[in-house]
Amino acid sequence: MKIVTVPSSLEERTFDQVVQQLPPGDASGASERVLFDARKLRWVDPYGMLGLLAAGQVAGRGGERPLLQLPESSEVGSYLARMGFMRQAEPIFDTHGATRRAQEGGSDVLLEITPVNSHGDVHEVVERVQGAATVILARQLQYPASAVVQFSVILSEVCQNILEHADAGGWVAAQTYNWAQRLGRKVAVIAVMDLGIGFRGSLASGQAARWGERWGDAAALEAAFLHGITRFPDPGRGQGLQQIRKQVGRWGGRFSIRSGTAEIADIPGWDDTPPLQSGLPPFPGSQICIVLPERVETEGNAPAAGPAGGRARRP
Amino acid sequence: MTGSRPGDVAALSFDLSALVRRSVATLYSHLVTRPTGRAIRMGIQSQLQELGGPALSVLDFRQVVVLDYSCADETVAQLLCHYRGDDRPANIFFLASGVAERHRDPIEQVLLRHGLALVVQLEQGETALLGEAGEEPRAAWAALERAGRAAPEEIAAATGAGASETSAALDALATRRVILRTSAGTCVALSALLREGRRPGDSGKTD
Repeated sequence: MKIVTVPSSLEERTFDQVVQQLPPGDASGASERVLFDARKLRWVDPYGMLGLLAAGQVAGRGGERPLLQLPESSEVGSYLARMGFMRQAEPIFDTHGATRRAQEGGSDVLLEITPVNSHGDVHEVVERVQGAATVILARQLQYPASAVVQFSVILSEVCQNILEHADAGGWVAAQTYNWAQRLGRKVAVIAVMDLGIGFRGSLASGQAARWGERWGDAAALEAAFLHGITRFPDPGRGQGLQQIRKQVGRWGGRFSIRSGTAEIADIPGWDDTPPLQSGLPPFPGSQICIVLPERVETEGNAPAAGPAGGRARRP
Repeated sequence: MTGSRPGDVAALSFDLSALVRRSVATLYSHLVTRPTGRAIRMGIQSQLQELGGPALSVLDFRQVVVLDYSCADETVAQLLCHYRGDDRPANIFFLASGVAERHRDPIEQVLLRHGLALVVQLEQGETALLGEAGEEPRAAWAALERAGRAAPEEIAAATGAGASETSAALDALATRRVILRTSAGTCVALSALLREGRRPGDSGKTD
């Protein structure tokens, strides 16, 4: 039995701690049964929840279903249930520990974990966020009422990215948090993950030769993220990610994609993570994280996107 | 779809929100995803094929709440591409109506991506030219839009440009199919054609 210790705070920054502990042979599956020990989990966001589901699915590829030791904290357990984690975890893990029977969804949930396996699922996601998102984005993030449309478009495009390029299904989830220490304001976190062929796999046939020795996960992300390149020859393709970048930039947000062993991101002024990272522990598919900060009133009473104006950097 | 036939140019209106429900056979009301856009486009193309041509097809966005870039590409850009070239299946012009701020960016971006242009009637009432068009063609289009119908020399007088520059600008607009030229050489704004389409007896015979 291989034990994977889930960190007490599970989010984008700590996800690799889970990936690193997975037995080798991530794509083909683990040979020994894996126990995910989440007893000490105290804080988790959509990226962390989807990451745990994805890691569980990878660990189960060897044959035996992994075990999940549920968090001891009743608050975290209840939150996982409300976000729909327990339902999505059922076909992936054998769970141990107290199962909370909290109702899924609720007025404070922006978007509970939703599988994305078809374009119909994308429609469901867009329909679902129309109600709660309007209120949450306006009350908690001070976004104008019209922002829910752009928010829906972001969700739609980012979910379609799975269907068009991953050759596999995935999940999406979104929630708001108070990043009091990290940013001093509230944020909305959107996470989208799949276990498909990843950006390198999607672009290899058309791009590998062009990039030569530089070709790899980082180059594939650079091609798609910065240059809007896709595997389709149609010039209309590849604009989804570009338009998401623009909109997230307008809102002073952070947009990152991790695929394989690399991560690329548009980094706003309030964040200090590097815009391109390579040599990360390998993980299949792609993992997308979008952070949208609360708007604040500036001295001139005009709402500002972020403390440093939402500067986007390129690697 | 609603339609009328003034002389030789029929005006047809497609309520995209209703079409998405009919074409995709679901209860979805938002214009998102490529398959949805494709289904809408096929529905429009099949109705235009039945009609023949020439026609002014109005894409009505009034009831559309969410329009994403993928769906806009499949519905708007691919539709315009289909009827743009010399090998187009019918002589169809397109105009978008009820375009709100929330639709504007997806439409504009997909037009730019394909090097297309489209006349749109904004929610507030005014008409705009979205997409790719040079400075002089835009000025000529705006002058024609104000006049409704005009000879090239009238447009040249209105913009202050020379005859050859105006002629080149109008050629560019006609190639992009955002104005109509009659066989007599008169230029007609698509919005004027639409207005006239509601008054029986007017004619917009094309080249």
